[in-house]
Amino acid sequence: MNSKDLIVWLIPFFPLLGAILWGVFGKYFKNYSGYLGSIFIVISFILSTVIFFTVAYGHGFTSTLYPWIDASYFKVNISTTVDRLSVIMLVMVTGISSLVHIYSIGYMKDDKGFARYFSYLNLFVFSMIMLIMANNFLLLYVFWEAVGFCSYILIGFWYEKKSASNAGKKAFIVNRIGDFGFALGVMLIFVNMGTLSYSSVFSGIHLLPPYLITTIALLLFAGAIGKSAQFPLHVWLPDAMEGPTPVSALIHAATMVTAGVYLIARCHIIFSYSPDASNVVLIIGGTTAFIAAFIAMTQFDIKRIIAYSTISQLGYMFMAVGIGSYAAGIFHLVSHAIFKGLLFLTAGSVMHGMSGELDLRKMGGLYSKMKKTAITFIVGGLALSGIPPFSGFFSKDAILASLFNKGDYFFWIIGELVAFMTAFYIFRLIFNVFFGESHVDKNLHVHESPDVMTIPLIILACFAAVFGFIGLPPFDHSIFYNFINKDFANSFNFSPAVNNYPWYLLSTVSVIAGISGIYTAYVFYIKKSFNLEMLKKRFKTIYALSFNKLYIDEIYDFAIVKPMKNFSVFLWRVVDSFVIDGAVNGIAQWISVTSSKVRKVQNGMLMSYVFTLTVGVIALLAYYFVR
Amino acid sequence: MSIFLKYILSIIIFFPLLSAIILVFVNKKAEGLLRNLATVLSLAEFVISLFLFIYFKSNTYEFQFIERFSWIREFGASYFLGIDGVSLFMILLTTLMTFVSLLSSYKYIKDHVKEFVILMLVLETFMLGTFASLDVLLFYLFWEFMLIPMYFIIGMWGSGRRVYSAVKFVLYTLAGSLIMLFGLITIFILHYNQTGDLTFNLLKLYNTNIPFMLQIVLFIAIFLGFAVKVPVFPFHTWLPDAHTEAPTAGSVILAGVLLKFGVYGFFRFAIPLMPEAALVLTPIILVLAVISIIYGALVSIVQKDLKRLVAFSSVSHMGFIMLGLFAMTAVSVDGSVLQMLNHGISTGALFLFVGMLYERRHTRLIADFGGLAKKAPIFAALFMISVLSSVGLPGLNGFVGEFLILVGSFKQYTLFTIFATSGIIFAAVYLLWMFQRVMFQDITNQKNEDFKDMTFREIMTVLPLIFLMFFIGLYPDVFLSRINPTVVHFVNIIEHNKYAYNLIKAKMGLFNA
Repeated sequence: MNSKDLIVWLIPFFPLLGAILWGVFGKYFKNYSGYLGSIFIVISFILSTVIFFTVAYGHGFTSTLYPWIDASYFKVNISTTVDRLSVIMLVMVTGISSLVHIYSIGYMKDDKGFARYFSYLNLFVFSMIMLIMANNFLLLYVFWEAVGFCSYILIGFWYEKKSASNAGKKAFIVNRIGDFGFALGVMLIFVNMGTLSYSSVFSGIHLLPPYLITTIALLLFAGAIGKSAQFPLHVWLPDAMEGPTPVSALIHAATMVTAGVYLIARCHIIFSYSPDASNVVLIIGGTTAFIAAFIAMTQFDIKRIIAYSTISQLGYMFMAVGIGSYAAGIFHLVSHAIFKGLLFLTAGSVMHGMSGELDLRKMGGLYSKMKKTAITFIVGGLALSGIPPFSGFFSKDAILASLFNKGDYFFWIIGELVAFMTAFYIFRLIFNVFFGESHVDKNLHVHESPDVMTIPLIILACFAAVFGFIGLPPFDHSIFYNFINKDFANSFNFSPAVNNYPWYLLSTVSVIAGISGIYTAYVFYIKKSFNLEMLKKRFKTIYALSFNKLYIDEIYDFAIVKPMKNFSVFLWRVVDSFVIDGAVNGIAQWISVTSSKVRKVQNGMLMSYVFTLTVGVIALLAYYFVR
Repeated sequence: MSIFLKYILSIIIFFPLLSAIILVFVNKKAEGLLRNLATVLSLAEFVISLFLFIYFKSNTYEFQFIERFSWIREFGASYFLGIDGVSLFMILLTTLMTFVSLLSSYKYIKDHVKEFVILMLVLETFMLGTFASLDVLLFYLFWEFMLIPMYFIIGMWGSGRRVYSAVKFVLYTLAGSLIMLFGLITIFILHYNQTGDLTFNLLKLYNTNIPFMLQIVLFIAIFLGFAVKVPVFPFHTWLPDAHTEAPTAGSVILAGVLLKFGVYGFFRFAIPLMPEAALVLTPIILVLAVISIIYGALVSIVQKDLKRLVAFSSVSHMGFIMLGLFAMTAVSVDGSVLQMLNHGISTGALFLFVGMLYERRHTRLIADFGGLAKKAPIFAALFMISVLSSVGLPGLNGFVGEFLILVGSFKQYTLFTIFATSGIIFAAVYLLWMFQRVMFQDITNQKNEDFKDMTFREIMTVLPLIFLMFFIGLYPDVFLSRINPTVVHFVNIIEHNKYAYNLIKAKMGLFNA
């Protein structure tokens, strides 16, 4: 093992060590678990940066720890690969994790599960790092499930709350539905190619018949739909907001939920051989982006609004990778991770200052009371709305320009429409929370959060402000594009965001969409030029659809959950207890009745027969044995 | 050392019996001594059995540690022992689970302690004998004898309708095994007629040429015997009853070891003795296996009693094992054998936890619990690991076995595998929902307020199993490398017979429509 390999394995090692230490010896470490846990993650971040430059100025490499499964012709190693895609993800994940860990020291202070929290959080970072670095599909699947498990325990961190433990369970089960497809996809790859290692699969996939490639791609995408909360499996993510807010920032905005996008970027060769599957990705992405933004416009819970926003933004990323614009998808992934992580952490800071309040109707005018939080929140909001020069503008624009240039005008329009809705809902939130008249409970002492929380916010806000410049339009000439494109150039339907049209015209359209969204929110909530109640009544059906989240949870409950439960009860009560057991007992009775007629000499005890039998046999055998 | 290794199988089989005999001379009032002595002796037994593991040659499918003495010359029966990669781990599982269940019974078993520990040790001897026998008559004797101690363990120390359950257990199994005996003797006679060699030597009986139609009849007969034991749907209804009424130790042994005898029987007897019949009937068996997986899981979801829930989950898990075995590829059978071990460990652990819940609260109804995690963090953590191992979370043991089964079966039986894979969703549903209602949420029942966390002894009881969950999950190679040669040989025999089977198929015009 040379020094490069050693560094690669140390990146996941520290978080894992932390998870074990705080998990097993948490009561001895107490508050040190927070500080040490953060330091461990910062070490991982520094090591990731080292690997980043190693790869950037050199090339990617593979490193094997030990052979994991070796069953006849099924062989899988525990091994990793780092390339340009994975080092970007690594630096992003460990960087944001570091900030979230530090922030959590303040946020989770005095929680009696402090050490347990840091154990789970470190475990998550470990799993996410391994997910990114895995070099075969089985290992990917392993950590795909592992991050899902971490999400489960962190959503349900306050397990005494029924809603929290329900949400955790829901997240796990909905994810498993997606993973069902994912697992089948992995098996299909193995039985057709005899290997699961990335390099062999990607170099040989074109030898398979097209229908098989499409099936594999779609099955893998099923996993992505679950993990990245795309329609129709998006229902778990809003509920996941029951978890501590730093968890929402890290897992349910910045890192884990983007694993689906990462998966498709990682498997871009498979998808590039299947235009059909790529189209499905595009359609699902577009649908989700629109539906989620539509729902976000009428919600009152600030965390849920941001959660729907995450779903919607992930939809953008899927549109990008669906048309083969992988670089744009990953660019938005990273920029979104920064500003959405920021938005969640600021929302957490608001909650912290408001003693856990989440309803924006009970807020207002908080700007003067928590300036740092408000300003950083607005920076995040502007980035999300795609206002230049904030990062969201560049990354969203890269996607929209790709859509336009690819000729997918329908989805380009959807994208612009969603950009308008996005700006509207996030500024609806900002105006209601930070401006206007106060609806805050008079007894509530509103306060700004401590430095340990606000400093990470400020760092993230700075990044949200400047990060976009590495993707300066036109995107296909930017630093980011040139860096990552080396990984994607080998997929043959690759669609760069190249322009036949002047990029600034397209950008102008996006900026107009964003600004008009903000303006609409301003007119509605600050100037109050319209009577909102009147509007609600006028568009009753549409409002109800949005407010009730399109009734999707209710539909699932009615069409799937209840029938399955009833069917299970039927199987138990009728098939098991009545039919099968009835038959068994019937036969037993019939035998005992018949035999009592046949044989008069019996005492009714079956066991005495068994005993006579065995004793007889033993005696016989003993006789032969001894003789 | 060499003498020790030469007779190691006999030593392992009869050491528990010897221990039982020693215990006979202990005063029945000295309950503490009885318990401690039994536990220590069973631990010693486990340590002895580890020598098998150490000295086992992993590069061959040939039987090892063979012992052979003439026994009943008139029938050609012999005292013939030997193990391969499969029986090796079954024996280790047996010695470990016996130790664990004795250690778990310190509080649960209050009356007739002496009888209990003696019966447990006697049962261990019979179980080990069954796994190590290569003589059909010897095997059958051990097999039948197992019923007796198990009957008493359920019937005497059980709860509720324990006698009903015990009788149901015995009747079900006895019915199956009598039919099986008939089948085995038929093959014995057939072999004699063909070769003039009167023998119960299993390895020789493998070569018996059984006419195809007779194979079908015999296979179905023997199938019934083993299918009840597994249990496969629809022969499973004795299992929830037996589990529910059995004491914890009984459930642990039942789930951990006894259920494996069904699968082991198919592996060692039914399939190699009648390979063509096995191949013809495979589709039907696979249908039953897949039904077991989904049916067991669905019924688990709505169970109100913890033990019944775990019992039905066993039906589902054993379905996976049957699927892997009858898919008959090297990978799927590897997975099946590993999963036999995994199921013993995970389900055994789940029964231990249910037992601890019962000891504290004298109820097994899920509705009576809730919010225990706050009161008992160690209990919660270890219970959760066991639940996750049963759910098949990667990194733990269950995943490796299940995935090998599925990936090995996928190519030839794609549709069955897809249905079976859906089982991973249901497993998450019933286990996590159960865990939520028992451990999470707020305490609603006042009686749970003073719920005690695990004692040192209880932690020691589950710790070996938890260790194995991680060990097999992270480094299964230790196990697979020993299992694999045996499995490859097994699959090769089947492949060899496929040729003959295809001839028959063509000749009889089967499936030619």
